[in-house]
Amino acid sequence: MSETIFYATAGMGRRVEGHALVAKDGFSARYDLDRMRGVFSRPEHKLAGESYVGRVLVLDAAKGGVATAWMLHEMKARGVMPAALVLNAVNPIMVQGAALADFTMISGFDLDITQAVPNGAVVEVEPSGERPFIRVVSP
Amino acid sequence: MQLTDEEEAMRAGTMGPAVQMAIEHQIKVGRYLGAEDFVPVGQAHIMADTESLGVAGVEWLERLARLPAQHRRVRIPTITDPRGTDFAAAQRLKQQPWMVELEQRAVTAFEALGVLMTNTCINYQTIMPPVLGEHVAYGDTGVVIYCNSVCGARSNFEGGPSALSAGLTGRTPRYGYHLDERRQATLVIEVSHTPHELNEWGALGGIVGRLAGDYWQVPALVGIDRVPGSDEMKHFGAALASYGSVALFHIVGVTPEAQYMSDVLPAGRDLPTHEVGEEDLRAFAQSYAREIDKVDLVVFSAPQLSLVEMQQVANLLEGRRADIPLFVVTSPQVKPDADRMGLTTRIEAAGGTVLSGMCFYQSYAREMAEANGWKRLATNSAKLVNIIGGYGYRPALLSMEACIATACAGGRMTS
Repeated sequence: MSETIFYATAGMGRRVEGHALVAKDGFSARYDLDRMRGVFSRPEHKLAGESYVGRVLVLDAAKGGVATAWMLHEMKARGVMPAALVLNAVNPIMVQGAALADFTMISGFDLDITQAVPNGAVVEVEPSGERPFIRVVSP
Repeated sequence: MQLTDEEEAMRAGTMGPAVQMAIEHQIKVGRYLGAEDFVPVGQAHIMADTESLGVAGVEWLERLARLPAQHRRVRIPTITDPRGTDFAAAQRLKQQPWMVELEQRAVTAFEALGVLMTNTCINYQTIMPPVLGEHVAYGDTGVVIYCNSVCGARSNFEGGPSALSAGLTGRTPRYGYHLDERRQATLVIEVSHTPHELNEWGALGGIVGRLAGDYWQVPALVGIDRVPGSDEMKHFGAALASYGSVALFHIVGVTPEAQYMSDVLPAGRDLPTHEVGEEDLRAFAQSYAREIDKVDLVVFSAPQLSLVEMQQVANLLEGRRADIPLFVVTSPQVKPDADRMGLTTRIEAAGGTVLSGMCFYQSYAREMAEANGWKRLATNSAKLVNIIGGYGYRPALLSMEACIATACAGGRMTS
Protein backbone atom coordinates (compact mmCIF):
# COMPACT_ATOMS: atom_id res chain seq x y z
CA MET A 1 0.00 0.00 0.00
CA SER A 2 1.48 3.41 -0.86
CA GLU A 3 2.07 5.75 2.01
CA THR A 4 -0.69 8.32 2.51
CA ILE A 5 0.25 10.01 5.79
CA PHE A 6 3.34 12.19 6.12
CA TYR A 7 4.55 13.51 9.48
CA ALA A 8 5.98 16.99 9.95
CA THR A 9 8.34 18.29 12.60
CA ALA A 10 6.26 21.36 13.49
CA GLY A 11 2.75 22.69 13.13
CA MET A 12 0.37 25.39 14.21
CA GLY A 13 -3.30 26.23 13.72
CA ARG A 14 -6.41 24.07 13.33
CA ARG A 15 -7.24 20.91 11.43
CA VAL A 16 -8.31 21.52 7.83
CA GLU A 17 -9.34 19.40 4.87
CA GLY A 18 -9.25 20.48 1.24
CA HIS A 19 -7.80 20.06 -2.23
CA ALA A 20 -4.03 20.24 -2.50
CA LEU A 21 -2.30 22.63 -4.88
CA VAL A 22 1.22 21.24 -5.21
CA ALA A 23 4.42 22.51 -6.81
CA LYS A 24 8.18 22.24 -6.30
CA ASP A 25 8.47 25.99 -5.86
CA GLY A 26 8.62 28.60 -3.11
CA PHE A 27 6.06 30.78 -1.37
CA SER A 28 6.14 34.48 -0.68
CA ALA A 29 2.94 36.47 -0.30
CA ARG A 30 4.50 39.60 -1.77
CA TYR A 31 6.66 38.12 -4.49
CA ASP A 32 4.33 35.43 -5.81
CA LEU A 33 0.70 36.45 -5.33
CA ASP A 34 -1.91 38.82 -6.66
CA ARG A 35 -3.58 38.98 -3.29
CA MET A 36 -6.65 40.81 -4.52
CA ARG A 37 -7.51 38.24 -7.18
CA GLY A 38 -6.27 35.27 -5.14
CA VAL A 39 -3.90 33.88 -7.78
CA PHE A 40 -0.21 33.23 -8.16
CA SER A 41 1.02 36.16 -10.24
CA ARG A 42 4.79 35.92 -10.55
CA PRO A 43 5.31 34.76 -14.14
CA GLU A 44 8.19 32.39 -13.29
CA HIS A 45 6.26 30.62 -10.53
CA LYS A 46 5.20 27.06 -11.39
CA LEU A 47 1.66 27.88 -10.25
CA ALA A 48 1.41 31.16 -12.18
CA GLY A 49 -2.24 31.91 -12.92
CA GLU A 50 -3.61 29.33 -10.47
CA SER A 51 -6.04 30.31 -7.72
CA TYR A 52 -4.91 29.48 -4.19
CA VAL A 53 -8.18 30.40 -2.48
CA GLY A 54 -9.33 27.62 -0.19
CA ARG A 55 -6.56 25.29 -1.34
CA VAL A 56 -4.03 23.43 0.80
CA LEU A 57 -0.77 24.75 -0.64
CA VAL A 58 2.02 22.14 -0.69
CA LEU A 59 5.21 23.92 -1.63
CA ASP A 60 8.94 23.70 -1.16
CA ALA A 61 10.29 26.57 0.90
CA ALA A 62 9.26 29.89 2.28
CA LYS A 63 10.88 32.58 0.13
CA GLY A 64 11.43 36.26 -0.06
CA GLY A 65 11.07 39.03 2.44
CA VAL A 66 9.22 39.93 5.53
CA ALA A 67 5.91 41.12 4.14
CA THR A 68 4.23 37.74 4.53
CA ALA A 69 4.28 38.29 8.30
CA TRP A 70 1.57 40.94 7.86
CA MET A 71 0.06 39.70 4.64
CA LEU A 72 -1.42 36.42 5.85
CA HIS A 73 -3.37 38.42 8.46
CA GLU A 74 -4.50 40.89 5.79
CA MET A 75 -5.49 38.08 3.39
CA LYS A 76 -7.49 36.33 6.13
CA ALA A 77 -9.38 39.53 6.96
CA ARG A 78 -10.61 39.64 3.34
CA GLY A 79 -11.25 35.90 3.16
CA VAL A 80 -8.99 35.48 0.10
CA MET A 81 -6.44 32.95 1.29
CA PRO A 82 -5.32 29.34 1.20
CA ALA A 83 -6.76 26.79 3.62
CA ALA A 84 -3.30 25.79 4.88
CA LEU A 85 0.38 25.83 4.06
CA VAL A 86 2.48 22.67 3.94
CA LEU A 87 6.17 23.34 3.35
CA ASN A 88 9.41 21.42 3.25
CA ALA A 89 11.18 24.37 4.85
CA VAL A 90 9.88 27.46 6.61
CA ASN A 91 11.57 30.67 7.50
CA PRO A 92 10.75 32.73 10.58
CA ILE A 93 8.57 35.10 8.57
CA MET A 94 6.18 32.35 7.54
CA VAL A 95 5.90 31.23 11.17
CA GLN A 96 5.33 34.79 12.38
CA GLY A 97 2.71 35.38 9.70
CA ALA A 98 0.87 32.16 10.47
CA ALA A 99 0.96 32.98 14.19
CA LEU A 100 -0.55 36.47 13.73
CA ALA A 101 -3.19 35.17 11.32
CA ASP A 102 -4.00 32.09 13.40
CA PHE A 103 -3.36 30.13 10.21
CA THR A 104 -2.73 26.41 9.69
CA MET A 105 0.80 25.47 8.72
CA ILE A 106 3.00 22.39 9.03
CA SER A 107 6.58 21.93 7.87
CA GLY A 108 9.68 19.78 7.97
CA PHE A 109 9.42 16.29 6.49
CA ASP A 110 11.92 13.46 5.98
CA LEU A 111 11.10 13.45 2.29
CA ASP A 112 10.22 16.04 -0.35
CA ILE A 113 6.56 16.65 0.44
CA THR A 114 5.98 18.21 -3.00
CA GLN A 115 6.81 14.87 -4.60
CA ALA A 116 4.73 12.85 -2.15
CA VAL A 117 1.35 14.59 -2.31
CA PRO A 118 -0.50 14.44 -5.65
CA ASN A 119 -1.67 17.75 -7.05
CA GLY A 120 -5.42 18.05 -6.66
CA ALA A 121 -5.72 15.33 -4.02
CA VAL A 122 -8.11 15.78 -1.12
CA VAL A 123 -5.92 16.06 1.96
CA GLU A 124 -6.28 16.40 5.70
CA VAL A 125 -3.86 18.61 7.61
CA GLU A 126 -3.65 18.11 11.38
CA PRO A 127 -1.16 20.59 12.88
CA SER A 128 -1.66 19.89 16.59
CA GLY A 129 -0.15 17.23 18.80
CA GLU A 130 3.36 15.90 18.91
CA ARG A 131 3.28 14.63 15.33
CA PRO A 132 1.59 17.07 12.93
CA PHE A 133 0.72 15.43 9.63
CA ILE A 134 -0.79 15.70 6.17
CA ARG A 135 -2.86 12.73 5.01
CA VAL A 136 -3.97 12.03 1.46
CA VAL A 137 -7.68 11.26 1.76
CA SER A 138 -8.25 10.63 -1.93
CA PRO A 139 -5.68 11.15 -4.70
CA MET B 1 10.41 27.76 26.26
CA GLN B 2 11.96 28.60 29.59
CA LEU B 3 10.63 31.91 30.85
CA THR B 4 12.14 34.27 33.40
CA ASP B 5 10.02 35.73 36.19
CA GLU B 6 9.69 38.94 34.19
CA GLU B 7 8.54 37.01 31.10
CA GLU B 8 6.00 35.07 33.17
CA ALA B 9 4.70 38.40 34.47
CA MET B 10 4.42 39.69 30.91
CA ARG B 11 2.51 36.58 29.90
CA ALA B 12 0.19 36.93 32.90
CA GLY B 13 -0.77 40.42 31.77
CA THR B 14 0.88 42.25 34.67
CA MET B 15 2.44 44.74 32.23
CA GLY B 16 -0.70 45.28 30.21
CA PRO B 17 -2.43 43.71 27.23
CA ALA B 18 0.00 44.91 24.54
CA VAL B 19 2.99 43.28 26.22
CA GLN B 20 0.90 40.18 26.93
CA MET B 21 -0.10 39.93 23.26
CA ALA B 22 3.48 40.49 22.22
CA ILE B 23 5.04 37.82 24.39
CA GLU B 24 2.33 35.30 23.54
CA HIS B 25 3.02 35.89 19.85
CA GLN B 26 6.75 35.47 20.46
CA ILE B 27 6.24 32.26 22.45
CA LYS B 28 4.09 30.80 19.66
CA VAL B 29 6.82 31.62 17.11
CA GLY B 30 9.64 30.50 19.40
CA ARG B 31 8.00 27.14 20.11
CA TYR B 32 7.54 26.40 16.41
CA LEU B 33 11.18 27.22 15.68
CA GLY B 34 12.67 25.41 18.67
CA ALA B 35 13.78 28.37 20.79
CA GLU B 36 14.71 27.34 24.33
CA ASP B 37 14.38 30.81 25.80
CA PHE B 38 14.43 34.53 25.03
CA VAL B 39 17.41 36.81 24.40
CA PRO B 40 17.35 40.55 25.23
CA VAL B 41 17.71 42.78 22.16
CA GLY B 42 19.05 46.31 21.86
CA GLN B 43 17.02 47.61 18.91
CA ALA B 44 13.96 46.69 16.89
CA HIS B 45 13.18 47.67 13.29
CA ILE B 46 9.64 47.25 11.99
CA MET B 47 8.68 46.64 8.40
CA ALA B 48 5.08 47.83 7.96
CA ASP B 49 4.05 49.48 4.72
CA THR B 50 0.27 49.59 4.40
CA GLU B 51 0.20 47.45 1.28
CA SER B 52 1.43 44.65 3.54
CA LEU B 53 -0.60 45.67 6.58
CA GLY B 54 -3.83 46.25 4.76
CA VAL B 55 -6.77 47.83 6.57
CA ALA B 56 -6.79 44.84 8.94
CA GLY B 57 -3.20 45.44 10.00
CA VAL B 58 -3.69 49.16 10.48
CA GLU B 59 -6.77 48.50 12.63
CA TRP B 60 -4.71 46.00 14.66
CA LEU B 61 -2.11 48.73 15.30
CA GLU B 62 -4.78 51.28 16.14
CA ARG B 63 -6.24 48.97 18.81
CA LEU B 64 -2.82 48.87 20.45
CA ALA B 65 -2.44 52.64 20.08
CA ARG B 66 -5.67 53.23 22.02
CA LEU B 67 -4.31 51.53 25.15
CA PRO B 68 -3.17 53.69 28.11
CA ALA B 69 0.25 55.21 27.45
CA GLN B 70 2.02 53.20 30.16
CA HIS B 71 0.85 49.96 28.54
CA ARG B 72 1.53 50.66 24.90
CA ARG B 73 5.01 52.17 24.58
CA VAL B 74 8.00 50.22 23.28
CA ARG B 75 10.80 49.72 25.79
CA ILE B 76 13.80 49.67 23.44
CA PRO B 77 14.77 51.94 20.49
CA THR B 78 12.35 50.89 17.75
CA ILE B 79 12.56 52.26 14.21
CA THR B 80 10.78 51.64 10.92
CA ASP B 81 11.34 50.42 7.39
CA PRO B 82 10.12 52.58 4.46
CA ARG B 83 6.54 53.77 4.11
CA GLY B 84 4.30 52.95 1.20
CA THR B 85 4.44 56.51 -0.03
CA ASP B 86 6.42 59.73 -0.06
CA PHE B 87 3.70 62.00 1.29
CA ALA B 88 5.06 64.93 -0.72
CA ALA B 89 4.98 63.00 -4.00
CA ALA B 90 1.94 60.74 -3.81
CA GLN B 91 0.03 62.73 -6.42
CA ARG B 92 3.01 62.70 -8.78
CA LEU B 93 3.06 58.88 -8.47
CA LYS B 94 -0.72 58.76 -9.05
CA GLN B 95 -1.27 56.98 -5.75
CA GLN B 96 -4.82 57.11 -4.52
CA PRO B 97 -5.90 59.25 -1.54
CA TRP B 98 -6.95 56.10 0.37
CA MET B 99 -3.35 54.77 0.17
CA VAL B 100 -1.97 57.99 1.63
CA GLU B 101 -4.65 58.11 4.31
CA LEU B 102 -3.96 54.52 5.33
CA GLU B 103 -0.23 55.27 5.60
CA GLN B 104 -0.98 58.30 7.77
CA ARG B 105 -3.17 56.19 10.06
CA ALA B 106 -0.31 53.69 10.44
CA VAL B 107 2.17 56.49 11.20
CA THR B 108 -0.14 57.94 13.86
CA ALA B 109 -0.57 54.53 15.50
CA PHE B 110 3.17 53.80 15.51
CA GLU B 111 3.95 57.21 17.00
CA ALA B 112 1.50 56.48 19.83
CA LEU B 113 3.52 53.33 20.56
CA GLY B 114 6.74 55.36 20.85
CA VAL B 115 8.18 54.10 17.57
CA LEU B 116 10.67 56.38 15.78
CA MET B 117 9.47 56.83 12.19
CA THR B 118 12.81 56.55 10.46
CA ASN B 119 11.24 55.06 7.31
CA THR B 120 14.47 53.55 6.03
CA CYS B 121 15.95 50.24 4.94
CA ILE B 122 19.52 51.55 5.22
CA ASN B 123 19.54 52.22 8.97
CA TYR B 124 22.93 50.51 9.20
CA GLN B 125 24.31 53.35 7.04
CA THR B 126 22.29 56.25 8.42
CA ILE B 127 20.87 55.62 11.94
CA MET B 128 22.81 53.27 14.21
CA PRO B 129 24.70 50.26 12.87
CA PRO B 130 24.72 47.43 15.40
CA VAL B 131 27.88 46.23 17.07
CA LEU B 132 29.66 42.88 16.58
CA GLY B 133 27.76 40.32 18.64
CA GLU B 134 24.82 42.64 19.43
CA HIS B 135 21.43 40.91 19.46
CA VAL B 136 18.75 42.88 17.62
CA ALA B 137 15.30 42.34 16.12
CA TYR B 138 15.39 43.74 12.60
CA GLY B 139 12.64 43.49 10.05
CA ASP B 140 13.92 44.11 6.54
CA THR B 141 15.77 41.28 4.83
CA GLY B 142 18.43 43.61 3.46
CA VAL B 143 18.91 45.14 6.90
CA VAL B 144 19.18 41.75 8.61
CA ILE B 145 21.65 40.26 6.17
CA TYR B 146 23.87 43.35 6.17
CA CYS B 147 23.88 43.65 9.95
CA ASN B 148 24.46 39.93 10.50
CA SER B 149 27.15 39.62 7.85
CA VAL B 150 28.97 42.96 7.65
CA CYS B 151 28.47 44.12 11.25
CA GLY B 152 28.53 40.68 12.88
CA ALA B 153 25.30 41.43 14.77
CA ARG B 154 22.67 38.78 15.46
CA SER B 155 19.14 38.88 14.15
CA ASN B 156 16.59 36.68 12.47
CA PHE B 157 14.12 38.01 9.91
CA GLU B 158 11.64 39.67 12.25
CA GLY B 159 8.46 40.50 10.39
CA GLY B 160 6.42 43.49 11.47
CA PRO B 161 4.37 41.85 14.24
CA SER B 162 7.44 40.14 15.70
CA ALA B 163 9.65 43.23 15.53
CA LEU B 164 6.94 45.29 17.24
CA SER B 165 6.60 42.53 19.83
CA ALA B 166 10.35 42.73 20.44
CA GLY B 167 10.01 46.49 20.86
CA LEU B 168 7.27 45.99 23.44
CA THR B 169 9.01 43.18 25.40
CA GLY B 170 12.67 44.07 24.84
CA ARG B 171 13.51 40.50 23.81
CA THR B 172 13.08 37.93 21.08
CA PRO B 173 13.08 34.11 20.94
CA ARG B 174 16.62 32.77 20.89
CA TYR B 175 16.83 30.68 17.73
CA GLY B 176 18.47 30.82 14.34
CA TYR B 177 21.15 33.46 13.94
CA HIS B 178 21.26 34.34 17.63
CA LEU B 179 23.03 30.99 18.13
CA ASP B 180 26.75 30.41 17.48
CA GLU B 181 26.19 27.05 15.84
CA ARG B 182 23.81 28.49 13.27
CA ARG B 183 26.38 30.98 12.02
CA GLN B 184 28.70 28.42 10.49
CA ALA B 185 28.88 28.17 6.70
CA THR B 186 26.75 25.55 4.95
CA LEU B 187 28.03 26.06 1.40
CA VAL B 188 31.07 27.57 -0.28
CA ILE B 189 31.01 29.90 -3.28
CA GLU B 190 34.26 30.18 -5.22
CA VAL B 191 34.11 33.54 -6.99
CA SER B 192 36.46 34.02 -9.93
CA HIS B 193 35.31 37.57 -10.81
CA THR B 194 34.95 40.30 -8.19
CA PRO B 195 32.08 42.55 -9.29
CA HIS B 196 32.71 46.20 -10.09
CA GLU B 197 29.26 47.81 -10.37
CA LEU B 198 26.36 47.67 -7.92
CA ASN B 199 24.19 45.75 -10.39
CA GLU B 200 26.95 43.13 -10.68
CA TRP B 201 27.09 42.78 -6.91
CA GLY B 202 23.33 42.33 -6.97
CA ALA B 203 23.64 39.73 -9.72
CA LEU B 204 26.19 37.85 -7.62
CA GLY B 205 23.77 38.04 -4.70
CA GLY B 206 20.96 36.68 -6.84
CA ILE B 207 23.05 33.79 -8.13
CA VAL B 208 24.26 32.85 -4.66
CA GLY B 209 20.71 33.21 -3.34
CA ARG B 210 19.41 30.73 -5.86
CA LEU B 211 22.23 28.33 -5.00
CA ALA B 212 21.60 28.67 -1.28
CA GLY B 213 17.83 28.40 -1.63
CA ASP B 214 16.52 28.75 1.90
CA TYR B 215 16.74 30.71 5.13
CA TRP B 216 18.90 28.20 6.97
CA GLN B 217 21.76 28.27 4.43
CA VAL B 218 24.89 30.33 5.14
CA PRO B 219 27.10 30.85 2.09
CA ALA B 220 30.81 31.56 2.52
CA LEU B 221 32.44 33.31 -0.41
CA VAL B 222 36.09 32.93 -1.33
CA GLY B 223 37.95 34.64 -4.14
CA ILE B 224 36.72 38.21 -3.63
CA ASP B 225 39.96 40.05 -4.39
CA ARG B 226 39.42 43.31 -2.47
CA VAL B 227 37.41 44.69 0.43
CA PRO B 228 34.02 45.81 -0.94
CA GLY B 229 32.45 49.09 0.15
CA SER B 230 29.24 49.50 2.11
CA ASP B 231 27.04 50.21 -0.91
CA GLU B 232 28.42 47.13 -2.65
CA MET B 233 27.65 44.96 0.37
CA LYS B 234 24.23 46.60 0.58
CA HIS B 235 23.33 45.54 -2.97
CA PHE B 236 24.92 42.08 -2.65
CA GLY B 237 23.17 41.32 0.63
CA ALA B 238 19.80 42.72 -0.42
CA ALA B 239 19.78 40.51 -3.51
CA LEU B 240 21.05 37.45 -1.67
CA ALA B 241 18.33 37.83 0.94
CA SER B 242 15.68 38.41 -1.69
CA TYR B 243 16.55 35.55 -4.03
CA GLY B 244 17.44 33.00 -1.40
CA SER B 245 15.73 34.17 1.78
CA VAL B 246 19.27 34.12 3.23
CA ALA B 247 20.03 36.01 6.46
CA LEU B 248 23.80 35.60 6.82
CA PHE B 249 26.80 35.33 4.52
CA HIS B 250 30.54 35.33 5.05
CA ILE B 251 33.23 36.71 2.77
CA VAL B 252 36.48 35.11 3.87
CA GLY B 253 39.04 37.72 4.77
CA VAL B 254 36.45 40.51 4.73
CA THR B 255 33.46 40.02 7.01
CA PRO B 256 34.20 40.07 10.74
CA GLU B 257 33.36 36.47 11.64
CA ALA B 258 35.34 34.96 8.75
CA GLN B 259 38.89 36.20 8.88
CA TYR B 260 39.89 32.69 7.84
CA MET B 261 37.80 29.96 6.27
CA SER B 262 38.42 27.81 9.35
CA ASP B 263 36.51 30.40 11.41
CA VAL B 264 33.24 29.44 9.71
CA LEU B 265 33.90 25.97 8.34
CA PRO B 266 32.29 23.27 10.48
CA ALA B 267 34.96 20.89 11.69
CA GLY B 268 35.38 17.75 9.67
CA ARG B 269 32.79 18.65 7.07
CA ASP B 270 33.13 19.04 3.33
CA LEU B 271 30.63 21.63 2.19
CA PRO B 272 28.90 21.81 -1.18
CA THR B 273 30.98 24.11 -3.36
CA HIS B 274 29.91 26.15 -6.36
CA GLU B 275 31.88 28.28 -8.79
CA VAL B 276 30.57 31.63 -10.00
CA GLY B 277 32.32 33.66 -12.69
CA GLU B 278 31.89 36.72 -14.84
CA GLU B 279 29.89 34.86 -17.46
CA ASP B 280 27.38 33.81 -14.79
CA LEU B 281 26.82 37.45 -13.79
CA ARG B 282 26.32 38.43 -17.42
CA ALA B 283 23.88 35.57 -18.02
CA PHE B 284 21.91 36.53 -14.91
CA ALA B 285 21.38 40.09 -16.14
CA GLN B 286 20.60 38.96 -19.69
CA SER B 287 17.91 36.61 -18.46
CA TYR B 288 15.89 39.66 -17.47
CA ALA B 289 16.57 41.81 -20.49
CA ARG B 290 15.35 39.36 -23.11
CA GLU B 291 13.09 41.01 -25.67
CA ILE B 292 13.14 44.33 -23.86
CA ASP B 293 14.53 47.11 -26.03
CA LYS B 294 12.64 50.00 -24.47
CA VAL B 295 11.48 50.74 -20.93
CA ASP B 296 8.78 53.00 -19.53
CA LEU B 297 10.66 54.14 -16.43
CA VAL B 298 13.92 53.89 -14.55
CA VAL B 299 13.91 53.30 -10.78
CA PHE B 300 16.73 53.48 -8.28
CA SER B 301 15.30 51.87 -5.13
CA ALA B 302 15.42 48.72 -3.02
CA PRO B 303 17.62 49.51 -1.24
CA GLN B 304 17.29 53.25 -0.65
CA LEU B 305 20.26 55.19 -1.99
CA SER B 306 23.10 56.40 0.20
CA LEU B 307 24.40 59.95 -0.09
CA VAL B 308 27.28 58.59 -2.15
CA GLU B 309 24.90 56.91 -4.60
CA MET B 310 22.89 60.13 -4.83
CA GLN B 311 26.03 61.96 -5.87
CA GLN B 312 26.81 59.26 -8.44
CA VAL B 313 23.37 59.68 -9.99
CA ALA B 314 23.67 63.47 -10.00
CA ASN B 315 27.10 63.26 -11.66
CA LEU B 316 25.86 60.85 -14.35
CA LEU B 317 22.97 63.24 -15.15
CA GLU B 318 25.33 66.22 -15.62
CA GLY B 319 24.50 67.97 -18.89
CA ARG B 320 21.73 65.50 -19.73
CA ARG B 321 17.99 65.24 -19.33
CA ALA B 322 15.78 62.23 -18.55
CA ASP B 323 12.79 62.07 -20.89
CA ILE B 324 11.06 59.15 -19.20
CA PRO B 325 10.18 58.92 -15.47
CA LEU B 326 13.35 58.52 -13.44
CA PHE B 327 12.80 57.84 -9.73
CA VAL B 328 15.63 58.10 -7.24
CA VAL B 329 14.59 56.85 -3.80
CA THR B 330 16.53 57.63 -0.65
CA SER B 331 16.04 57.76 3.10
CA PRO B 332 14.66 60.68 5.12
CA GLN B 333 18.08 60.90 6.79
CA VAL B 334 19.95 61.30 3.47
CA LYS B 335 17.39 63.60 1.77
CA PRO B 336 18.16 66.76 3.79
CA ASP B 337 21.87 66.35 3.07
CA ALA B 338 21.15 65.72 -0.60
CA ASP B 339 19.06 68.91 -0.61
CA ARG B 340 21.70 70.93 1.21
CA MET B 341 24.48 69.73 -1.05
CA GLY B 342 22.56 70.51 -4.23
CA LEU B 343 22.26 66.89 -5.32
CA THR B 344 18.45 66.91 -5.29
CA THR B 345 18.34 70.09 -7.34
CA ARG B 346 20.77 68.65 -9.89
CA ILE B 347 18.83 65.38 -10.24
CA GLU B 348 15.48 67.12 -10.56
CA ALA B 349 16.80 69.75 -12.96
CA ALA B 350 17.75 66.84 -15.18
CA GLY B 351 14.20 65.52 -15.10
CA GLY B 352 14.52 63.03 -12.24
CA THR B 353 12.23 62.79 -9.22
CA VAL B 354 13.80 62.31 -5.80
CA LEU B 355 11.62 60.42 -3.32
CA SER B 356 12.36 59.74 0.32
CA GLY B 357 11.15 57.49 3.08
CA MET B 358 9.51 54.97 0.80
CA CYS B 359 10.38 51.97 -1.35
CA PHE B 360 9.14 51.54 -4.90
CA TYR B 361 7.89 47.96 -4.58
CA GLN B 362 6.24 48.60 -1.21
CA SER B 363 4.12 51.41 -2.60
CA TYR B 364 1.18 49.78 -4.37
CA ALA B 365 3.42 49.16 -7.36
CA ARG B 366 0.74 47.31 -9.33
CA GLU B 367 -1.72 50.18 -8.92
CA MET B 368 0.97 52.72 -9.85
CA ALA B 369 1.75 50.72 -12.98
CA GLU B 370 -1.90 50.67 -14.01
CA ALA B 371 -2.43 54.35 -13.26
CA ASN B 372 0.70 55.43 -15.13
CA GLY B 373 0.80 52.89 -17.94
CA TRP B 374 4.13 51.47 -16.76
CA LYS B 375 5.11 48.00 -17.86
CA ARG B 376 8.83 47.79 -18.52
CA LEU B 377 11.25 49.04 -15.90
CA ALA B 378 15.03 49.41 -15.74
CA THR B 379 16.98 49.45 -12.49
CA ASN B 380 20.42 48.65 -11.12
CA SER B 381 18.87 46.76 -8.17
CA ALA B 382 18.78 42.98 -8.50
CA LYS B 383 16.46 42.89 -5.49
CA LEU B 384 13.95 45.14 -7.24
CA VAL B 385 14.20 43.05 -10.40
CA ASN B 386 13.39 39.93 -8.35
CA ILE B 387 10.31 41.39 -6.74
CA ILE B 388 8.73 43.70 -9.28
CA GLY B 389 7.82 40.95 -11.76
CA GLY B 390 5.11 39.78 -9.36
CA TYR B 391 3.58 43.24 -9.60
CA GLY B 392 3.16 42.98 -13.37
CA TYR B 393 6.33 44.75 -14.51
CA ARG B 394 8.96 43.43 -16.89
CA PRO B 395 12.28 44.46 -15.38
CA ALA B 396 15.76 44.84 -16.82
CA LEU B 397 18.93 44.89 -14.70
CA LEU B 398 21.47 47.44 -15.90
CA SER B 399 24.38 49.35 -14.41
CA MET B 400 23.65 52.78 -12.90
CA GLU B 401 25.39 54.34 -15.87
CA ALA B 402 23.31 52.37 -18.39
CA CYS B 403 20.12 53.18 -16.46
CA ILE B 404 20.84 56.90 -16.72
CA ALA B 405 21.73 56.60 -20.38
CA THR B 406 18.47 54.71 -20.97
CA ALA B 407 16.45 57.35 -19.12
CA CYS B 408 18.03 60.05 -21.28
CA ALA B 409 17.40 58.15 -24.51
CA GLY B 410 13.64 57.99 -24.26
CA GLY B 411 13.79 54.61 -22.56
CA ARG B 412 15.73 52.89 -25.34
CA MET B 413 17.96 50.42 -23.61
CA THR B 414 21.70 50.80 -23.63
CA SER B 415 23.95 48.29 -21.88
